[in-house]
Amino acid sequence: MNNIARTNDFVVRFANVNGSGSASANNLFAKAIFRMGVPVSPKNIFPSNIQGLPTWYEVRVSDRGYLARRGGYDLAVAVNGQTLLRDYLDLPPGGYFLYDSTRELSADFDRKDVTLLPVPLTELCNTAFEHPKLRQLLKNIIYVGALASLLDMEFTVLTEAVERQYAKNAKLAGPNIKALELGHDYAATHLAGRCQLKVQRIDGVGERILVDGNTAFGLGALYGGATVVGWYPITPSTSVIEAFEKYCRKFRVEQDGGRRKVAILQAEDEMAALGIVIGASWNGARAFTATSGPGISLMGELLGLGYFAEIPAVVLNVQRAGPSTGMPTRTQQADILSSAYASHGDTKHPLLFPSDPRECFEMAADALDLAERLQTPVLVLSDLDLGMNDNLSPPFTWDDGRRYDRGKVLSHDDLEQRQEKWGRYLDVDGDGICYRTYPGTHPAKGSYFTRGTSHNEYSGYTEDNVIYQTGMERLTRKWQTAKSLVPGPVLAMRDATSPLGAIFVGSSAAAAFEAFDLLAEKGIVINAMRLRAFPFADEVYRFIKAHRQVFVIEQNRDAQLRTLLVNEGDVDPAKLPPVLHFDGLPITATTICAQIEALLSSNRQTPTQDGGRR
Amino acid sequence: MSSERPVFRHPQAAKNSAGYSRKDYEGAISTLCAGCGHDSTTNAIIQACFELAIEPHRVAKMSGIGCSSKTPAYFLGRSHGFNAVHGRMPAIAAGANMANRELLYIGISGDGDTASIGMGQFAHALRRNLNLNYICMNNGCYGLTKGQDSATADRGSAGKKGEPNPYSAIDLCKLAIELGASYVARGFSGDKQQLVPLIKGAFAHNGLAFIDVISPCVTFNNTSTSTKSYEYVREHIEATNTFDFIPLQQEILAHYPEGTSQEVVMHDGSIISLHKSEAGKEVTSRRLALDGLEEEKAKGRLLTGLLYVDPQSVDTHDIVNSTLRPLNTLGEADLCPGGATLAKLMDGWR
Ligand SMILES: Cc1ncc(C[n+]2csc(CCOP(=O)(O)OP(=O)(O)O)c2C)c(N)n1
Ligand code: SF4
Ligand SMILES: [Mg+2]
Repeated sequence: MNNIARTNDFVVRFANVNGSGSASANNLFAKAIFRMGVPVSPKNIFPSNIQGLPTWYEVRVSDRGYLARRGGYDLAVAVNGQTLLRDYLDLPPGGYFLYDSTRELSADFDRKDVTLLPVPLTELCNTAFEHPKLRQLLKNIIYVGALASLLDMEFTVLTEAVERQYAKNAKLAGPNIKALELGHDYAATHLAGRCQLKVQRIDGVGERILVDGNTAFGLGALYGGATVVGWYPITPSTSVIEAFEKYCRKFRVEQDGGRRKVAILQAEDEMAALGIVIGASWNGARAFTATSGPGISLMGELLGLGYFAEIPAVVLNVQRAGPSTGMPTRTQQADILSSAYASHGDTKHPLLFPSDPRECFEMAADALDLAERLQTPVLVLSDLDLGMNDNLSPPFTWDDGRRYDRGKVLSHDDLEQRQEKWGRYLDVDGDGICYRTYPGTHPAKGSYFTRGTSHNEYSGYTEDNVIYQTGMERLTRKWQTAKSLVPGPVLAMRDATSPLGAIFVGSSAAAAFEAFDLLAEKGIVINAMRLRAFPFADEVYRFIKAHRQVFVIEQNRDAQLRTLLVNEGDVDPAKLPPVLHFDGLPITATTICAQIEALLSSNRQTPTQDGGRR
Repeated sequence: MSSERPVFRHPQAAKNSAGYSRKDYEGAISTLCAGCGHDSTTNAIIQACFELAIEPHRVAKMSGIGCSSKTPAYFLGRSHGFNAVHGRMPAIAAGANMANRELLYIGISGDGDTASIGMGQFAHALRRNLNLNYICMNNGCYGLTKGQDSATADRGSAGKKGEPNPYSAIDLCKLAIELGASYVARGFSGDKQQLVPLIKGAFAHNGLAFIDVISPCVTFNNTSTSTKSYEYVREHIEATNTFDFIPLQQEILAHYPEGTSQEVVMHDGSIISLHKSEAGKEVTSRRLALDGLEEEKAKGRLLTGLLYVDPQSVDTHDIVNSTLRPLNTLGEADLCPGGATLAKLMDGWR
């Protein structure tokens, strides 16, 4: 039997029962690899359920720094009876199967091409620990200890991690370390030499941090100066607000009296959540909400109000698999169209697409600036994979010289000094953005009436056809201005002469770049452009023009990003073959390679069928 | 009824203590139907603001959609206004209020806007006890969409189309009391004497003040078969109490009229002084307030006046423990922890 033998390049899959406290043990494992300087990418695959259903945690270890889900696994840590057989059968030939050998495996487990790694977890645990509640948790820690021995990990990295985690609760550190040792010693004694997967310290992580995108969103909103939040719980966005609130407790408490420099309202639904944001922004506070697909649908009418009445709002949309309730705990990039064009009538909204936690942090703060500069709702589109999983990310930085861009707002003195008549919707500067005032600013000047009905330049009600149309055209002008303000695309040219390009956003990036490496080995050279915002810069269309074929890679069924590209620019749709992944799991490089290769070979087979336009 | 109302010969020219004349509280010319109850309610709001010498620019007017929700354009033309979307005034007012706790918020809604599409937001503004003066102009129908029955239309009541309403009615005051409003009153657009002090009391109140103003729609629901017509309401109205509203600054000078019984000292120190001779003296009991509404309803009467007030009420800002400073005035120094702190946070993720 040929065992899989690899160092710093493999996938471990933990199969647990939801709610059994496995998350912290599995995290400990991933963190230890990270602290040994090896790039690591853990992904939770969990059910929409609180307790009792199967959940998996995949840890990809990659010295080459590939952080996308790889697909498949080399070692299973199988501690869930419900899925034991499946976890076993899905192993590739040469794979490893670590299981709780307190109970014997049934006759079904008869593969000859899999190495068994039996550890009597329950028995070890029950012998060593009295406390029934602790037993459950420590059983998980024991397998981490065993893995440390099997994979040749630095044991002190694990013990230090435990000590750090329980720095404030030393009583818990002891039993955890004991559990690690139990597992480690057992594996060292009974399973030595059985596993050919190894972790070896390298310098592959550098300055980077390991954090989830939702925490980054929450922190970014705090740094960006948000003071009012309206929200309604929905997976996978809830932890954005939890993080924001946690940091507010730390950084937004007044010295005297302990009052908070923030107001967070859990709303009755997403309409109310966005209503709170719009009301606060209208009144001069920075405000945001976080939600997911179903919430965006409910927010539709108010997003249109924000667009037409020109009120800033920031919506952090952590996408999940739809349609309808879809798969609440699975990932997709399927709200691109519903976000871009949310609401009735002619509406469109700037979108930002972060692709790692640092960008989540930056874009949450930038969105607050952009929304106020442009006086319009701005949506930031993350997804479950980026939002809820720990992602390796460059560290966040903040320039202390940075000032919040509050946009065109007239102060009391501005109003006082102003000679000409002020109009709320008067485009003085020609960029489509007008000057606004906050309520309460001046006793005699600058008050106006905000309405979602058609209005003239002085915010008076009108149904005049010419005035209405002129106003709509000004909003188009503002859209052009938005184009120059949103972050531009990131270009990765491999070879300017290559006819092939690819476009993608957000969490598809890691898999895409890995795929291009793999394709390059086969002589397929792909130039890449990662979009960071909508409206699309002219550069995006120049990139498409410069290539014969540009693959649009995204995680939804209907090629929504592609639709948006086709809709918003002068481009031949045939030039943009879609590369789609939409099963709810994060996209992999293998999927992308397979689809691109298939598309290229169909090109070759049918060169004239489509008039050679591709 | 207010004891402090000045008696001048030319009230239009008179100035209040803030230096504003009544005209300064007016807005654009109403485009509602002549005789619409909403216009009278608008006038009562203007009167209350004028008499209390409220600075117009320190008021924010919020509304939903409907004929009623249009009225913020017709009063306080020097204030910022926000005519939002149907049924969502409470959330937008909540956000506005969170941004700046120092302004006075007047939220205008209709019975369709409140009791149907906006029922959820209504309920939750109440339970949050948002510091908002929520005035529902209740005509038992959807005026703006041409007269359909609303959820507050009484069973059996018939508007212009003549079809009696088969559904039971929602009593917004009862709901408001049950859901946690801290000031609940019912007025009638045709009785300004009673309505103006009700509005003034609401303005002085800290927390959600809800006033259900029966405000007849002359175009679609003022028929002899409608229970929200001027004629019907005049015949069936029952006032629970009458009172004088004595603002803080006049408190010392006020000399209480004969027969004054209960006094409710409001959050800001102003006083609601209820008349002894009236029924339902006890206005600080939720249970008695609900009983009163039920009893009069059983008699076929419509109870009006101040129904319930909790002078100790705690508003949303205090519930969420937010700063006393308006949040919209805070800048980087207050809000941003800075680069060095961020660098330290990074170590936690290594
Ligand atoms: C989402 C939405 N649905 C429907 C409408 C149409 N609409 C406008 S006003 C109104 C009813 C208003 O009734 P009410 O609040 O009682 O106000 P009134 O006109 O009677 O004062 C309706 C249904 C709308 N504007 N928005
Ligand atoms: S339709 Fe009815 S509610 Fe609307 S303005 Fe006319 S009278 Fe008033
Ligand atoms: Mg109505």
